[in-house]
This record gives sequence, C-alpha cells and structure tokens, in this order.
Amino acid sequence: MFMFRRGMGHALPFVVMIVPFAVLFGVVSREAGLAMGEAIVFSMVVVAGTAQFTALQLMMDNAPLAIVIASALAVNLRLVMYSASINPHFGHAPRWMRAVVAYLLVDQTYAQSIVEFDRTPNLTLFQKFAYFMGNGAVVYPLWLIGTAVGVQMGQVITTDGGLDFALPIAFLAMVGPMLRTPAHLAAAFTAATLSLICFDVPYDLGLIIGGLGGMSAGAWVEKSFHRIKTYDG
Amino acid sequence: MTDKIDLWIVIAALGLGSFGMRFVFLGLIKDKPLPDWMTRHLRYTAVALLPALVTPLAVWPDSTGGAADPARLVAACVAVGTGYFTKSVFWGMGAGGGLFISLRFIL
Repeated sequence: MFMFRRGMGHALPFVVMIVPFAVLFGVVSREAGLAMGEAIVFSMVVVAGTAQFTALQLMMDNAPLAIVIASALAVNLRLVMYSASINPHFGHAPRWMRAVVAYLLVDQTYAQSIVEFDRTPNLTLFQKFAYFMGNGAVVYPLWLIGTAVGVQMGQVITTDGGLDFALPIAFLAMVGPMLRTPAHLAAAFTAATLSLICFDVPYDLGLIIGGLGGMSAGAWVEKSFHRIKTYDG
Repeated sequence: MTDKIDLWIVIAALGLGSFGMRFVFLGLIKDKPLPDWMTRHLRYTAVALLPALVTPLAVWPDSTGGAADPARLVAACVAVGTGYFTKSVFWGMGAGGGLFISLRFIL
C-alpha cells in the first residue's frame, strides 16, 4: 500500500497537464459532433490523448478512414518503445498483470515508473505493480472526468471560429520542450517542412510523409553525432 | 462528421492498435530488446509527427479558407518558443493561446 500511495503522490504534479488536455479533448469532441457517451468511450478505449486528437482532427477534415487510423496509430508509435523499455520490470508478471500495465501505459505512468524503478533497484514485482497502479489511479480517472467536463463545457460555450486553433496551439506548446537536442530539432524542422511541401498530396498523406521524414532526420543526426541513448519522446 | 459507424470503427481500431503497441513487448516478444536502429527512429515519433500534423493547420488554416493568418502564425511561433524556453507545455499553451485570443480582438 505504501508503494501505491507513493505512486499516487508522484503522479499529482501531472494533474495540471492532464486536466486541461482532457478538457480540451472533450470540448473539441463536442465541436466535432460527438455525444457525451461517445467521447468518454473514446477516451476509455484508446487512452492516448495525442492519437485521439489526431483522429478527431482528421475526421473533421473528412480524411479517408484508413488514413485517420494509420495517422493516429503512427502518432502512437512511441508506445512500442515504452513497452520494450518497461518489459524488464513486468515481463515475467502474470498475463493479467501485463495486460493491465499495457492498458495503462501512457506518457505519464511510463515516465514516472521508469524513473522510480531505476532509482530503487530492489523493488519486488508487487511493489512495482503497486507503484504503477498508484500512478494510474491518478492519471486514468482524471483523463475520463476531464473529457466529460470538456464535453459539458462545449455545450455551454458556443465558440464559432478560433477554437479550431486550440488544438494546434496545444500541440505546438508540447513540441517546444521536446526540442532538447540537435536531433530533436532536426526531426521537428524536417517534419514541418515536409508537411508543408506535401500539403497537396492526396488523402492527407503529408502527415505520414512528414512524420517518417522527420523521424529519419532525427535518427540520422543522432547517429552522426553519437548521441547518448535515452528512452524518451 | 455525422457518420457514427465511421466513428466507432476509428475508436475500435485505435483501441486495438494502441493496446497492441503497448502489449507487444510486454506480452509477446518478452526478452528480445528492440534493435538499435528502431529505437533510434521511435525516439523521434512525437517530435516529428506533431509538427507534421500541426504546421499546415497553423500556416493554411481551414477556417480562413486556406489563407495564411498573421494572428495564427505569430501565436504558433510564440507557443513553440515559450514551450522551448520555459520547458513547460503549460506556459507554451497559455502564451500562445492568450496571444491568439488578444490578437483576434485587436485585428
């Protein structure tokens, strides 16, 4: 129980990040014509804000279904890395436990847990699970409640025009702190440039082209400059 | 976006896909580490895909019929710049969003 409470405590600072993000998702869902139940199920089933926003944006642009799904999943590719990185800690847990960890493996729970497990090497599997679940017990309910609050707010404040820019602003603000190394800068700059050049490419494929181009640029710069390996976005 | 069937297909596909990505190394390929070239690329997914998604929306927004809008461009640069210098998503959103709202009033 100590580790569970410790996990909850460490997740508290994320409240200021998750709540506005979740509320914004609710408001944008409402704007896109989703009912309360639909938006909540969306958040409950997918549990990945960035991918949810991407899908919503592309659906509002009337992109083909396959492109919506492919693009949103591409945004989620970093989850594969989280899964690989946390595997040494949970790889030998019972299947149900691994499934629960996988379901709740998001940016915040991953980042907190991996730091805690590195800092305290002798934790038992149960302690690690308790810590992880403590993180999740803060992050997950807030994600759903925030979504619901956002949908409710979206019904009250009718924002014609301008709101379409809330999402780009939120994503751009997220990109800023990620630009820590020359490789990250190269990735972002290449992706942005390619997405503009490929603006007229059909089926909104510019996103995928820009994304893959940016990833390659980042990887290339990293390799050329022998950057230290770290597991983060 | 009134087609509810499309919406549920997207939700189901993303749910399965996202869970699959999280479970793939936890559940299936237990003890194999990812090859170096792959982690090297995956490390830059977020920092590449987010700008690729958002830059066209900032430069040629739908709601202006695709014409560049100075308020959006300035607010976009301020959001990235503030996020970069303060290392805080929160401040970046506040500065970019606040500036955009003010500029819309003025212009």
